[in-house]
Amino acid sequence: MKEIKKAVVTVIGKDMVGILSRVSTAIAGGNASVIEVSQTVLDGYFCMIMIVNITEATLGFEELKNSITESVPEMKVHLMHEDIFNSMHRI
Amino acid sequence: MLNMQDIMETITMIQDENLDIRTITMGISLIDCADADIEKSCKKVYDKICSNAKDLVKTGELLERKYGIPIVNKRISVTPISLLAGVSGGDPVEYAKTLDRAAQTVGVNFIGGYSALVQKGFSAGDKKLIESIPRALSETELVCSSVNIGSTKAGINMDAVKLMGGIVRDTAEKTKDNQCIGAAKLVVFCNAVEDNPFMAGAFHGLSEPDTVLSVGVSGPGVVRSVLAKMPDEAPLNVIAEEIKKTAFKITRVGQLVGSEAAEILKVQFGIIDLSLAPTPAVGDSVAHILEEIGLEQCGAHGTTAALAMLNDAVKKGGLMASGSVGGLSGAFIPVTEDAGMIAAAREGALSIEKLEAMTAVCSVGLDMIVIPGDTKAEVISAIIADEAAIGMINSKTTAVRVIPAIDVPEGTELDFGGLLGSGPVMKLCGKSPAKMINRGGRIPAPMQSLKN
Repeated sequence: MKEIKKAVVTVIGKDMVGILSRVSTAIAGGNASVIEVSQTVLDGYFCMIMIVNITEATLGFEELKNSITESVPEMKVHLMHEDIFNSMHRI
Repeated sequence: MLNMQDIMETITMIQDENLDIRTITMGISLIDCADADIEKSCKKVYDKICSNAKDLVKTGELLERKYGIPIVNKRISVTPISLLAGVSGGDPVEYAKTLDRAAQTVGVNFIGGYSALVQKGFSAGDKKLIESIPRALSETELVCSSVNIGSTKAGINMDAVKLMGGIVRDTAEKTKDNQCIGAAKLVVFCNAVEDNPFMAGAFHGLSEPDTVLSVGVSGPGVVRSVLAKMPDEAPLNVIAEEIKKTAFKITRVGQLVGSEAAEILKVQFGIIDLSLAPTPAVGDSVAHILEEIGLEQCGAHGTTAALAMLNDAVKKGGLMASGSVGGLSGAFIPVTEDAGMIAAAREGALSIEKLEAMTAVCSVGLDMIVIPGDTKAEVISAIIADEAAIGMINSKTTAVRVIPAIDVPEGTELDFGGLLGSGPVMKLCGKSPAKMINRGGRIPAPMQSLKN
């Protein structure tokens, strides 16, 4: 079985209409698929973390990140390979 | 499973607390480039560096994107050039220019290894190379130089110490039109380590493999913000424990990036150096960690104890996080590169005497200290001798990187820009050590050397 590569996408900023939809569209556009979403709105601030399967992605890290950023220019977007979190927080 | 808190912690560390990979440094052995003809030798050096390091910068950038963490510097360290100069003869500055050219070609930030190891005496090439340092550093841009003048095993070579006082002055003199920057690229070591990835003291040791990739991580800001969240009444052992945990996390990131970079470049992974290396940026200061521990300002009585604890806790956390910890690994205290130290030096809270005491318990020495432009060569030599003595007796690395502010009027500061920062001129003791320095000779190896 092919190893699954995962990335973590975080989107933070002022809440508004359609963030989730625009971000997911951008991710789908790069042929990556969303595995898990965790999202809260605290005090008007939107904070979303997505685990994304990028095994079959047609875009590289930078392009995918740019495409998400362009879809929600008002928000702060991070896209990182999941290994950095695993190595930092798991022994 | 990843949880939200862990993810946010990592992102905050990188985005708000300046966590970064300070450097990935490729060590390249130039032993097989030695040739009796200096021209041929230089050509081989250039070719080998360019072919081994051609993908270094590209790989660094790739990993930056993949993990979303900045890799601030990409650097190269090479075999001490005195060895090649010893074989070829000729003007060693030719090698410096070759290194500079190769570094420009592959796009790295610095190249280290214009070095000589003379702790026990000079061999062919050593003296000539040392004497050429002022020219080499003023005629090149990216080359860094270091000289090891003492060790616990060999004692201190006081002839070399005497020589280096003048060399440091000359180097500053030759670059006085450019903030005396030459002296900021020259380190005088005792107990130099062979696998240090940090500049300006990096060189590729003789016992190292042909090509190796080492990583230096940093993160004073992360440690500081962890401590800032602790209650004022938390005892120091609890503080040490928190520093340890944080150092562990930082080191794991370095290990991940380093081992992956080595794999992509198909070279051996060397070491991870888990030093807390400050930058002049706000929130990236070692002095501020010490202040967070509970000092009104860095330099207050108690600074040495706080630094000793910090240094030790960083090492302990890092050791568990990586199987190959090496280099200097600890806390750096370069004055001009640390916003908190600069402030303390400006206010007069931090003196060079206090810094000297601090070097006895942290991982380096008197680093990036601006001294008066009229400081005599023998005084610089004496500063070097003092530092080397601390290193020799305590079996640790110490170093001196002082910058004489040549022709800089009193009250003004040197400003190197970028990571090297800026700083005020620090006062030295006015009494002369000339007679002692002019004796030359050697301080014999101490009792600590007889471990066998």
